Amino acid sequence: MLIRFARASDVKSSEITPKAVFEERRRFLRTAAVAGAGLAAGHFLPAPAEAALQGVTKGKFSTDEEPTSVMSVTSYNNFYEFGGDKTDPQRNSKNFKPKPWSVAVGGHCEKPGTYAYEDVIKGITLEERIYRLRCVEAWSMVIPWVGVPLADVLNRYGPTSQAKYVAFETVVRPEEMPGQRTRLLPWPYVEGLRMDEAMHPLSILAVGLYGEELLPQNGAPLRLMVPWKYGFKSIKSIVKITFTDTEPPTTWNQQGPVEYGFYANVNPTVDHPRWSQAKERRIGQFLRRDTLMFNGYAEEVAGLYAGMDLRKFY
Amino acid sequence: MTREQRLRRIVKPAVFAVCLGPLIWAAWLAASGGLGANPIEATIRHFGDWGLRFLLIALAVTPLREITGFSVLARFRRMIGLFAFFYVFLHFAAYVGLDQFFDWAAIWADIAKRTYITIGMAAFALLLPLAVTSTKGWIKRLGGKRWQALHRAVYAASVLGVIHYFLMIKAGYREATVYAFILAALLGWRLFDRWRKRAAKRAGSPLPA
Repeated sequence: MLIRFARASDVKSSEITPKAVFEERRRFLRTAAVAGAGLAAGHFLPAPAEAALQGVTKGKFSTDEEPTSVMSVTSYNNFYEFGGDKTDPQRNSKNFKPKPWSVAVGGHCEKPGTYAYEDVIKGITLEERIYRLRCVEAWSMVIPWVGVPLADVLNRYGPTSQAKYVAFETVVRPEEMPGQRTRLLPWPYVEGLRMDEAMHPLSILAVGLYGEELLPQNGAPLRLMVPWKYGFKSIKSIVKITFTDTEPPTTWNQQGPVEYGFYANVNPTVDHPRWSQAKERRIGQFLRRDTLMFNGYAEEVAGLYAGMDLRKFY
Repeated sequence: MTREQRLRRIVKPAVFAVCLGPLIWAAWLAASGGLGANPIEATIRHFGDWGLRFLLIALAVTPLREITGFSVLARFRRMIGLFAFFYVFLHFAAYVGLDQFFDWAAIWADIAKRTYITIGMAAFALLLPLAVTSTKGWIKRLGGKRWQALHRAVYAASVLGVIHYFLMIKAGYREATVYAFILAALLGWRLFDRWRKRAAKRAGSPLPA
């Protein structure tokens, strides 16, 4: 008899909330938001009209945990380009124009060039991936992303054997992104992955969430999502992808090398020097929960780091 | 109404009401959903911010009194100081009761291991006896000199409070820097005042009023 143990990240039958339910929730939340705005003098901002994404299939690796409310996902963000407070990205991103958009691809690849956003994802099936997101600040969410496997996109540009890493860069538009008019962080925000991490099937480029196009505060129109790493690795509003042979610089690592490593894998046993990473608060819930190794994706990704001392390569 | 009556019946209650503002504001935010997606974090930050602000206001009373000559300001020092403690206590209580939900083992581990928690707790521990001995009875029991010496702990608590704030920031030090400058000015004024008074004493001339 074959006994199959369920993996933490397995898709279970109960797991995928039907889109209709999402939509119902969203409608409810929007109504609540509008009502709330009237009541609470603008504490809630009604969500602007997003475009629904077509042809989205259910992807692998989704969790069956309850997704975090769309209100929280779109109003509690770290996106310093729009300001340092969690509510700044929603509040200060009204003038951001995610379209038209293009991405400059370069470095060790066969087809460098500047590609329109539409061409970057063209022909690749959009998948819904319900992932846990664990912020380095010890809070977490569950988000139904819509995106494409990063590997499918990167392979289009023919990375050569010299491509050991891939570097990403966020757009710089101080006129549309008020945080960039301050020196909160050095701009542009840069991030990077080892090639095998980037090619892992869990890694996606997200273009939407809750079935609709990304809002500016969530990294429109195109962002990385690597669910086993702390949130800051999943760089937003990407305009540049470069294949490199050496480890690329990353913004938070440059800000605080002792606090933020290049790898930044979610790891409850390696604390941030100033706070514990053993537990996290799921947004919308009261009690803290235990943080899982690799954010619960150990079975899929632990092999990438076999033989590495994760205390040293944090 | 005499001046004293006006102070007791109108001005003091009015100042008291204003000092309750941050608490009422927090209650309104909580009731209207204005605390956002992470209400626990927002609550802790709100009370921590106001604890520190009231500490700075309390420390500003004496310099303002001496500089402006409004001696009546001294009558508000205790109330403002106690409000500082009140908001620091709410900050502490929100951490213990909401953030950690009375998980004493985790709290103790935090105090022992996390420098910013250690420092924050030390500041709270320094303020606690000051709040307790803020009454007239305690001033008498301790004697003016000893009471004053004890209450100088507020300087250390404020310095620790500002460091505590700095240590929890990831990026963007502007607000914390403003507090650090204000605190440095308030403590610097005290050093200068002490030096000035000593110099005047040595010269044997009375200070100008």
